[in-house]
Amino acid sequence: MTLLATESLTKTYGGRVTALADLTVSVEPGIIGLVGANGAGKSTLIKILLGLLAPTSGRVSVLGLDPTTDPAAVRARVGYMPEHDALPPDLSAAELVTHLGRISGLPRTVARERASEALRHVGLHEERHRAVGGYSTGMKQRVKLAQALVHDPDLLLLDEPTNGLDPAGRDAMLALIHRIGTEFGISVVVCSHLLGEVERICDTLVAIDGGRLLRADRISAMTTATDVLAVEVSEGTDELAARLAALDLPVSREGRLLLVPLADDATYDLIIGAVAELDLPLHRLDQRRHRVAELFATREPSHV
Amino acid sequence: MSEPTGVIHDIGYQRYTGPRLGRRHVFGALYLHGLRTAFGLGRSAKAKIFPWLVVGIVLIVAAGLTAVRTQTGQVVMTYAQFADAMSWLVIFFVAVVGPELVSRDLHSGVLPLYFSRPLPRGDYALAKLGALGTALWLLLGAPQLVMFLGAAFTTDDGMHGVWNELLDLLPGLLYAALWAVVFASVGLLIASLTGKRAFGAGGIVAVFLMTAPIVGILSIMPSRTVNELAMLGSPTALVHAVGQYTLGDLLIPGGQTEDQIGAFGPVYVAVAVLLVAGCVALLLLRYRKVAAR
Repeated sequence: MTLLATESLTKTYGGRVTALADLTVSVEPGIIGLVGANGAGKSTLIKILLGLLAPTSGRVSVLGLDPTTDPAAVRARVGYMPEHDALPPDLSAAELVTHLGRISGLPRTVARERASEALRHVGLHEERHRAVGGYSTGMKQRVKLAQALVHDPDLLLLDEPTNGLDPAGRDAMLALIHRIGTEFGISVVVCSHLLGEVERICDTLVAIDGGRLLRADRISAMTTATDVLAVEVSEGTDELAARLAALDLPVSREGRLLLVPLADDATYDLIIGAVAELDLPLHRLDQRRHRVAELFATREPSHV
Repeated sequence: MSEPTGVIHDIGYQRYTGPRLGRRHVFGALYLHGLRTAFGLGRSAKAKIFPWLVVGIVLIVAAGLTAVRTQTGQVVMTYAQFADAMSWLVIFFVAVVGPELVSRDLHSGVLPLYFSRPLPRGDYALAKLGALGTALWLLLGAPQLVMFLGAAFTTDDGMHGVWNELLDLLPGLLYAALWAVVFASVGLLIASLTGKRAFGAGGIVAVFLMTAPIVGILSIMPSRTVNELAMLGSPTALVHAVGQYTLGDLLIPGGQTEDQIGAFGPVYVAVAVLLVAGCVALLLLRYRKVAAR
């Protein structure tokens, strides 16, 4: 089943400002990263997916439904976490999420149960009965995520979920999103302007820039190039390079580092064996992944 | 060591397969939530002070009127007159509760959470309008019920007296409904224009009170037609004029009637209907814009 599909989707405001230009993309269920700089058209795309904005032209489908003609059906199955502050300060998290659950069509008692479940899943326990106004940014982000989850959607649309969080908070939020996408069986679209962040948890990446599609593919397809091991020794780099080459390892130099493609676990043993035999002081040996960023780095940014 | 007996198992995430209720239930949930908010229920103690102060005042006035009537047998105020007499309180109630219902949502940015749910944007506005209207009607209707009960239990004419009293009460409740509809639609429209509660409250008070002098000026102009149409100048006077036309001596007991509206009664009714319809239309239009933002 296709999760999301757009076909020549275009949105212009007042005929002059182009937010989305001829966007054609189709993604499968999973965790999808939607990356682009600020103003790339991410938020506009989300509003069109929710049926809050009508596209100027083109077609769009969400979970096989058309949000332009049947927005209520789409929204019943989608959970949305907005980017900006969205919580009334004087309500408690439990009350707010319960109320929003009812607005999603849950019966009263079910809404209350699922609200405390959703808050528990995002890591809010006793504090859920306190007024939201006194929460930290991290807790507020969790409440926003819980309200998107309360009605058990099939798809979550998260707009910059790590906004304003400290590094530990970011990691926790990303881990939570990853868990929702893998264990809960809910597809997730994560919007972010930070590629390095979403590539850690996504299995599909959609990059847009200036309303146009840069690239959309599965992460695995983007990083098919094999991983490499970086070896650094304090001295005797040349000797080690010669020894590794003699072992039929395609070694290459990068400054003080030796790069060796990682074929399997035996590669580790060969390198460590060579270092030990030459009795060299090993400084470091670590695995380098191809960063998805490298796939975009060569492209000229079209915005300045 | 024995195993702990009460083990809490993390049962993980549970998918929901139960019923999802339709538009009517969602509307009802939002309407009830609004009505509770109007009286500060489910809110902080601070939010309860003002609404219940106003409720207290109108109930005490009603109890006082009932007491006077049972003691002296004199009707100080008819049911419909009671609504008129409480108009100031109604204005302040709208000025506080209206912004509480809509400006707060605009300010906190919670609206995207509503509009990303299967709630048609018009339904949001109408549910809030219904909640405010109902709150106003209860505010004016409950004291009338107190007065009715007082009169009914002390009547000397048995069931016939109760029946007569009831026939007086019903127009009073209808008149209260007219107040509620006009004030809710005008007040909510003003409140929906701003995310700041203080501005909303100020705007509402201004529109209802500052328009009163217009009526005063028009009513002393040297033209009889202008004088008779003067009460179109403010929402408060408009409601009063419609009441005068439709209720007659229930609102202005015989003898003291001075014909203020002449033959323009139907005009007042038409203007009142247009005013409410116009405000509701603008309110819906307003939320059409807000939702897409």
